[in-house]
Amino acid sequence: MDAGGTGKRMAEYLRDHRDKVIGRWSELVMSGARGRTSLDETRREFGELYSLIVRMLSHADEHAAGELRAALDELSRSRARDGFTPTETALGVFSLKEAVYELVAETAEMVPEFLAFSRVIDDLGLRTFEAYSAAREQIISDQANAMLELSTPVVRLWEGIIAVPLVGTLDSARTQVVMEKLLDTLVATGADHAVIDITGVPTVDTEVAQHLLKTVTAARLLGAECTISGIRPQVAQTIVSLGIEFGDIATKASLADALALALRQAGLKVVPAE
Amino acid sequence: MERVPILKIGQTLFVSIQIDLQDDTVLRLQEDLADELAATTARGVIIDITAVEIVDSFIGRMLSMIGSISRLFDAETVIVGMRPAVAITLTELGLPLSGVRTALNAEKGLEILNGKS
Amino acid sequence: MDELPIHSGDDVVRVRQRVRTVAAQNGLSLVDQTKLVTAASELARNTLVHGGGGVARIESVKSANGRAGVKLHFSDEGPGIADIDLALTDRWTTGTGLGLGLSGSRRLVDEFELNSKPGAGTSVMVVKWSR
Repeated sequence: MDAGGTGKRMAEYLRDHRDKVIGRWSELVMSGARGRTSLDETRREFGELYSLIVRMLSHADEHAAGELRAALDELSRSRARDGFTPTETALGVFSLKEAVYELVAETAEMVPEFLAFSRVIDDLGLRTFEAYSAAREQIISDQANAMLELSTPVVRLWEGIIAVPLVGTLDSARTQVVMEKLLDTLVATGADHAVIDITGVPTVDTEVAQHLLKTVTAARLLGAECTISGIRPQVAQTIVSLGIEFGDIATKASLADALALALRQAGLKVVPAE
Repeated sequence: MERVPILKIGQTLFVSIQIDLQDDTVLRLQEDLADELAATTARGVIIDITAVEIVDSFIGRMLSMIGSISRLFDAETVIVGMRPAVAITLTELGLPLSGVRTALNAEKGLEILNGKS
Repeated sequence: MDELPIHSGDDVVRVRQRVRTVAAQNGLSLVDQTKLVTAASELARNTLVHGGGGVARIESVKSANGRAGVKLHFSDEGPGIADIDLALTDRWTTGTGLGLGLSGSRRLVDEFELNSKPGAGTSVMVVKWSR
């Protein structure tokens, strides 16, 4: 897009024929809308876009380009919300070329300017596509985080004893969430014992063992002692064959065993009711 | 340079760190604690880091050293009130923080010290 | 972008505080903020103690898919690091050695780049992204 002439001339042309072009543009956009939005809504939305495009082309001020980008991102988002595919949104932007071409073709005067303008509109249309893509990625990432949060409960087993039942793989992302929740709960409940149950963790290899070790280390910095429970027979064999050492961390077969150990350490005893 | 005050209550020295720790401040604290331990019959040290937002390897090392120094005077050191974010970071950093016990708060720290003696 | 000198212990504290502010502004979680500030503290101290003083640059950045992040750059004109591989291994020293400073910081951030040549100073660049 050259800095001076063609852009400014096109901007002036667009200003002169504003109403006609916006009208035709809105029509073209509406023809692909299939009732998902109204003509008034479209005229307003695309009218604003039009003004920004004109401002950017005329290099009137340095904020125009940034505002135009923001407006396109917003258009992409709102259309996606209303159920438009990214292709439909992009085509909507591209149809501005058609609307302008219909006028320009009558006089055949603005050919070089139109060529440059056409390239600019191509970029803008593609931008709405990219914005849609980025928005989807963000949604996926947010959902993944939400799932991580939900799948990491920390429960109070007894006064001063909390349990973290882990279900699913323990990767580094999950470990971060587990550590945060465990430690926050330790602070909130004043517990001094945590049982980390790994019955639901399918494989325990050296990486998982390291994650467990990290979690226990962090909990100990807050003065809590940890027991790892839920060691299944196959897991026990894998751990030994891999040479993994849990050092001074107590490990138990079941959550019940771990609870009994924790109660003992807390100086408590469970006796039959009279 | 700010100095971290040391309180003596019974046989325990209490240190509550409330400021953004500068290297000099930590070194000074170490010296002051050594002086106090040598001069008094204190059997325990409680360092409250509830207000400390950052513990890097230098500060961590200093805390460990304080633990070692106190043991030379037959005293035990307990670090209390570590923030979850700090604990997670220290673990990631790989800092063993050896030589000191840790507890959730000063009350539990005292229980540990009293249990010891 | 902020540019802060590192020539004293006070400067290191200032760098920590500034990094904390910028990290919060860019939406980093509390734990991530703590990790980044801790890494900054390590690197700033290295710059001061081993590099003879230098400069810290703090910048807000955006990734290709729109995520916000913080980029830190520490540089000094000091003696440089002779054996970078060794410096990046975990060594727990009680002296004034580089110890965990570099290797530890690397674990706390998402991107880590170290450039150093004996006699030509050291520069470290790290980035931490918001989630």
